Amino acid sequence: MLFLEEISKKYGTTAALRPTTLEVPPRQTLVLIGPSGCGKSTLLRIIIGLVRSDSGAVFFENERLTADNVLQLRRRMGYVIQDGGLFPHLSARDNVTLMARYLKRDAGWIENRLLELAQLTQFPADALERYPVQLSGGQRQRVSLMRALMLDPDLLLLDEPLGALDPIIRSELQRDLKQIFRTLGKTVVLVTHDMGEAGYLGDQIVLMRDGEVVQQGTLAELVQQPANDFVTSFINAQRSPLESIHAKDASP
Amino acid sequence: MKPTWLIVLTIAVAAGCAAPDIRIGSKRDVEGEILGVMFAQLAQSTGASVEYQRLGGTEIVWQALISGDIDAYPEYTGTLTRQIFSRRDIQTEDQLRQVLAEYGIRMSKPLGFNNTYAIGMQESVAEKLKIRKISDLRQHPDLKFGFTNEFLGRADGWQQIKAAYKLPQQNVIGMQHAAAYQALLSGDIAATDLYSTDPDIRQFHLRVLQDDLEVFPQYKAVLLYRQELQDRHPRAIEAMLRLEGRISEEEIIEMNRRRKIDREPPRVITSQFLERELGIRIGDSTRQIVNSLIRNAAIHLYLVAISLMAAIVLAIPLGIAAARRPALGQTVLAVVGILQTVPSLALLVFMIPLLAYISSRTGVRLPGTGNLPAILALFLYSLLPIVRNTYVGLHEIPVSLRESAQALGLPAGARLWLIELPLATRTILAGIKTAAVINVGTATIGALVGAGGFGQPILTGLNLNDSSMVFWQGALPAACLALIVQGIFEIIERAVVPKGLRLSTKV
Ligand SMILES: Nc1ncnc2c1ncn2[C@@H]1O[C@H](COP(=O)(O)OP(=O)(O)O)[C@@H](O)[C@H]1O
Ligand SMILES: [Mg+2]
Repeated sequence: MLFLEEISKKYGTTAALRPTTLEVPPRQTLVLIGPSGCGKSTLLRIIIGLVRSDSGAVFFENERLTADNVLQLRRRMGYVIQDGGLFPHLSARDNVTLMARYLKRDAGWIENRLLELAQLTQFPADALERYPVQLSGGQRQRVSLMRALMLDPDLLLLDEPLGALDPIIRSELQRDLKQIFRTLGKTVVLVTHDMGEAGYLGDQIVLMRDGEVVQQGTLAELVQQPANDFVTSFINAQRSPLESIHAKDASP
Repeated sequence: MKPTWLIVLTIAVAAGCAAPDIRIGSKRDVEGEILGVMFAQLAQSTGASVEYQRLGGTEIVWQALISGDIDAYPEYTGTLTRQIFSRRDIQTEDQLRQVLAEYGIRMSKPLGFNNTYAIGMQESVAEKLKIRKISDLRQHPDLKFGFTNEFLGRADGWQQIKAAYKLPQQNVIGMQHAAAYQALLSGDIAATDLYSTDPDIRQFHLRVLQDDLEVFPQYKAVLLYRQELQDRHPRAIEAMLRLEGRISEEEIIEMNRRRKIDREPPRVITSQFLERELGIRIGDSTRQIVNSLIRNAAIHLYLVAISLMAAIVLAIPLGIAAARRPALGQTVLAVVGILQTVPSLALLVFMIPLLAYISSRTGVRLPGTGNLPAILALFLYSLLPIVRNTYVGLHEIPVSLRESAQALGLPAGARLWLIELPLATRTILAGIKTAAVINVGTATIGALVGAGGFGQPILTGLNLNDSSMVFWQGALPAACLALIVQGIFEIIERAVVPKGLRLSTKV
């Protein structure tokens, strides 16, 4: 499905991404996690061609990503970023349908698809005419997701899609996302810095540090067979305070 | 699009209003101006829209008339026969009319006075010596004369007078005109040459000696006008011809004096004369003032609209290029920035040799006066705010939005058109608005090269020492126009800036 071969990226002298090889199996959700600045976004942006890697290659369904085919391949990927990246001058509806209209898709098809997605993402259809500033943070992410899904892409790339939301909205959206991924059966690469979210949404977790993959596996593998101390400390640092209270209660 | 519509409408209105029905010209001197203003007022009194311009010397004004740049101007018969048609041997008024007809020009009957060479003495001295006519000078061979060098040198000057009247005086010296008056007043000389309608005759209490042998050539004032004007505006011609035979030497001298010595505005002087002599109430009627305000506003808007549109067409692509290529961007911004630091007056004046140079290289005749240099200067002046704001507007779009557009798979052109330009509209429009408002102000100096607009009444008012004209017909309306333009842009902004962007700033 998606194969990254020895890709790397340097900004000046700092290595944002050291040579990394990664395979994303089809119909699975791969979560990239790690401390801030470890290269998660860079990796995602290389996949969708916003950034060109200094070395290595990206293969999308066995096709190598080049400057010539990047526009075509992007249309088979959906991309959602932290604050949604919605165009403020377009209504929710126009944001979602922009690319389909540009590609001159049939108007009836567009309308059906739009309503279908609104239902899928639980976005109220009567809010479709609103502009991004008139929407709540959670609604904006739903619109952004609709936009990414509009052309029914094979691959969905989400860069901290829930990063800016308050906890209640966040857990609500986490549930909805999981439901959507399961329904659509798409290949997903999702970036987060929250281990709980990673475990909840991800089939596979890739833990990164300083532009390198430290360990890849399921949440259970990471907890039970940590590759090194960093893995353990990263997981422990993310334990919720509630858990420690439960731990105390349990002790005699 | 709506704004395009507005602009097209503005230009159509401007073009319609800008051309006056009748253009009256005159030479630059005081008497030419008095007569020119008077004819303009008479033509205007029939309801026609009239433009009056002071031009240059005889040759320029005559050329303007036969080329149709102006429709009429006051001239002297002597100038026609001796200067303009010096090669043709014209003896009578009928012959003169025939020659003029060859050029499609008609001539009025003489207006009354004769502005020719004359000999003047101090009134008191002349009275004591009982000298009234030039021939009386023969009785006083000891008198000392001081003449201008021109008068001494010309064949029809002193030489002719001396021979015709057999004048015996030997003590004749050449001197400057102003010095001659002083010498006359202090008694150093007894007589000097002057123009017979010179207001200094009044000022210095001089007696003009009668040319009893009619030796000096006749310089009778007449109106020259284009034949086709007779068909276009017969009533205006009729009104102007009412001055035939109505202006005596006394009267023109007095009007010249009020203009030259007292520095009264010409309109005041001529209005009073027309009312007294012909019973025509001129006084700038409200309607005429309104007409000229509308006309000047239209010309002004025309200058601004054309220059602004040209600037938009060039500056927006330049701004886009600057935003796309940082290295190119710096150069472009520096160049338009430098243009903006050139004082507007200098930029305007520089257009004259520039246009002349371009004309000479390309063979296309580009006039160095009128609309073109003004529009060109305003155009260059408008570039900076638009280029800069286009650049800034595109540059300040958040990376996340630019990348979101890329990630959708939109090609560069579509990203620019569908995302980036709409997001930058507010900033770009603000740049255009700034350019337009600056332009309205700067366009007033266009009058210096004859472009018209609200600079015209300012310039005329300054020339005429008429500060109320400067303010009420020039400075104030120009300021109002700037405010109106600003208001129009606020309306355009509402129509053009996407709703989603307008909402976001209300928060
Ligand atoms: N456009 C850029 N210019 C310079 N440095 C960058 C740029 N983008 C990212 N970086 C650097 O690369 C490293 C990885 O960044 P990023 O992939 O955004 O990290 P993450 O998403 O994991 O927080 C960081 O040190 C960051 O400062
Ligand atoms: Mg990131």
